[in-house]
Amino acid sequence: MQLDAKIPGGPLTEKWDRHRFELKLVNPANKRKFNIIVVGTGLAGGSAAATLAELGYDVKNFCIQDSPRRAHSIAAQGGINAAKNYPNDGDSIWRLFYDTVKGGDFRAREANVCRLAQLSTNIIDHCVAQGVPFARDYGGLLANRSFGGAQVSRTFYARGQTGQQLLLGAYSSLSRQIAAGKVTMFPRREMLELVVINGQARGIVVRNLVTGEMERHEAHAVVLCTGGYGNVFFLSTNAMASNVTASYRAYKKGAFFANPCFTQIHPTCIPVHGDYQSKLTLMSESLRNDGRVWVPKTPGDKRPPHQIPEAERDYYLENKYPSFGNLVPRDVASRNAKEQCDMGKGVGETALAVYLDFEDAIKRDGRDVIEKKYGNLFQMYEKITADDPYQTPMMIYPAVHYTMGGLWVDYNLMSTIPGLFVLGEANFSDHGANRLGASALMQGLADGYFVVPYTIGGYISGTTPEDVTTDHPAFKEASQQAEIRTRKLLSVKGKRTVDDFHKELGHIMWEYCGMARNNEGLDKAKTMIRSLREEFWENVLVPGGGKAFNQSLERAGRVADFLEFGELMLTDALARQESCGGHFNEAYQTEENEARRDDENFCHVAAWEWAGDDKAPVFHKEPLVFEHVKLTQRSYK
Amino acid sequence: MTKTINITLKVWRQFGPDVKGRLETYQAKNISTDMSFLEMLDVINEQLTLEGKDPIAFDHDCREGICGMCGSVVNGRAHGPEKGTTLCQLHMRHFSDGDTVVIEPWRSRAFKIIKDLVVDRSAFDQIIQAGGYVSVNAGGAPDGNAVPISQENAEKAMDAAACIGCGACVASCPNASAMLFVSAKVSQLALLPQGKPEAAERALAMVRKMDDLGFGNCTNETECEADCPKEISIVNIARLNREYLKAGFLSSVI
Repeated sequence: MQLDAKIPGGPLTEKWDRHRFELKLVNPANKRKFNIIVVGTGLAGGSAAATLAELGYDVKNFCIQDSPRRAHSIAAQGGINAAKNYPNDGDSIWRLFYDTVKGGDFRAREANVCRLAQLSTNIIDHCVAQGVPFARDYGGLLANRSFGGAQVSRTFYARGQTGQQLLLGAYSSLSRQIAAGKVTMFPRREMLELVVINGQARGIVVRNLVTGEMERHEAHAVVLCTGGYGNVFFLSTNAMASNVTASYRAYKKGAFFANPCFTQIHPTCIPVHGDYQSKLTLMSESLRNDGRVWVPKTPGDKRPPHQIPEAERDYYLENKYPSFGNLVPRDVASRNAKEQCDMGKGVGETALAVYLDFEDAIKRDGRDVIEKKYGNLFQMYEKITADDPYQTPMMIYPAVHYTMGGLWVDYNLMSTIPGLFVLGEANFSDHGANRLGASALMQGLADGYFVVPYTIGGYISGTTPEDVTTDHPAFKEASQQAEIRTRKLLSVKGKRTVDDFHKELGHIMWEYCGMARNNEGLDKAKTMIRSLREEFWENVLVPGGGKAFNQSLERAGRVADFLEFGELMLTDALARQESCGGHFNEAYQTEENEARRDDENFCHVAAWEWAGDDKAPVFHKEPLVFEHVKLTQRSYK
Repeated sequence: MTKTINITLKVWRQFGPDVKGRLETYQAKNISTDMSFLEMLDVINEQLTLEGKDPIAFDHDCREGICGMCGSVVNGRAHGPEKGTTLCQLHMRHFSDGDTVVIEPWRSRAFKIIKDLVVDRSAFDQIIQAGGYVSVNAGGAPDGNAVPISQENAEKAMDAAACIGCGACVASCPNASAMLFVSAKVSQLALLPQGKPEAAERALAMVRKMDDLGFGNCTNETECEADCPKEISIVNIARLNREYLKAGFLSSVI
């Protein structure tokens, strides 16, 4: 199968306008005759469901939590990028486009990224109109700050709770459409199967997490907004329920999975402190605006930070990257932290941490200013560690945070299954091999508010789907498959808990498919995962029954999919014999230990097709063509 | 430095909404004081699972104090003893060796128990659906800087908007009133120019919905403010009352 990204012709900056004109429209009176399923209520799902309903479509919206206000977009702290150029510091749509392509280490599609940069400004306008309380300057205008990988201030924020405020904005629009009867909301539902009829996505099977019943829902199109798969590592900054199941089920029904090995390890997280730990907490990248990253110059220096004199500190990011300093992109910052710790210069009890120090910023700007900017982050840090970052430097270490890989989509955000659209973190399209800070919120909302509402109309008007009901054999089969799986998980009755398996899987993935990878390790990890998967199906212990509220069963299903999906990540990592962005193969690095790309052989998207249980997935290639950006070795020096 | 403690837990166990529940006792041994409260429950649940018993059901998701999914009454306090802290951000260093800790679900007529510590808070969603939004469709918004908003008002709106919808205010109120929750949303939108056109209708509709759903009245006990993990101020309730009266007396909306 030839992958066609359906990128419109014409000059780059006119592609989206032209495409919008060329897309066929659905008559306003006819829109209500079309049902659309949206799975997920994060920034992408919430905004898509609300906007599709505003246009007149009949929307069914599903979420795993008890309310659509809780999706993990809510935890995004720092901000959202937009090329408004309000600070008059030289920003433009073109610069945001360029920064994003470069930040992604030249592994994203030019046309998609350009559209994203163009739409970024509309997002801010819409969110202000919804009543999102963005930070403002004394004159009452919107305030901006800087994020990694950019030399302009283009990040809009609402204290350290930008994701929360943007999500509550989308949730408010969604609530308005629920009240209007245009969206039917199904909380506490988990999607377990995608239903494909005549080659088109026509519905889903969900498990009602309260009653345990399998429910069938049909539609004319299905929109997946189910987030990333960072929890394959067990410990990550993702929420506990974040999972790959919905995407993976779609993959098994024919949607290609693109670049699964592109995972983002965020440099500023609170370090791991014990085996019982259930998740890692991010400290916003915005802290790197004012915090200085350092380690002692001498390996093994165990003195408390304030006893280490200035001359014996190594501000390694400032020294190595003088022009970007502490604001280098995330992949670069993370790898450097690992490098320092590998040299024995790590700090804290575990020696797997570096300092993020605010002493100079507090001296310069005063505690009040710092408190206003980062108060809630400092407070969160203190709650978790019992250390006061106003007095002593924070300790940070990289942690799994975001996944750039996801289901393959074309320019319309449609997957390889007609009628299945994929938005937000769940798709692969805009961030290449590394996402820049404050760009996830931008992408989720661009997809939901401003892209899919147009492109779904183009799909619907161009197809004549037959009438189907949930009694169709495809629905019966999908629902049976979900039942069988559930029963199988419950019937093993082994001796190891689900979390125990999940932790072991996480260790394997972190060790061999984390910040640095090599072929030998990736091969070894494959063998390890296979035997762990075998043991899982023989020895997992899932208490309780299927027809009831059963949180252990929910987790078991997710971990079962992670155990298969982890292998796909390893396969993808092995196939990409280069280093780029978040994918760092030790065999491919420059003399200065930076990622060395191989543009001749790997300037493409790797899209994987499921071939059957215990069969190797089939590789497909979408070549990336750069007409406007010159491929260079990324430099932040 | 890390140390460990042993505590006794008394946990509310209830199999479903219509069955009788009871407090069960569990021993939590060698609990590291660096653990979060929910990590301590994870440890207990792993033990219960291995012993062939039913693990304790509790809601949780982000575990960084922002999604609003977690929450239980711990020793009589919503989200436990620490001020301005969600249950997931409460750490075991705030407990002592030998303590007995009682864990119960939110109790309110409007929040039905689903299982153990898990309750149905969909009533909060219904209140927002009654008017907690600005009626604006995607597409037609003016430039974000078209209407300046004083920093003071933007900050006050943000203070109110910080509500995570966890339900602690209802759980801590002797009347099970949802006034703090409703007032936070009404305040946020009343303080911003974007929310003004619908302010009167919003205040009336949200209060009416709150009453319909079986939440109690506010009698200024201020327990909600004391237990709110985001420290939402009762100043917002005063503002809601003003907005409500203004709407009732001065506007044409009924």
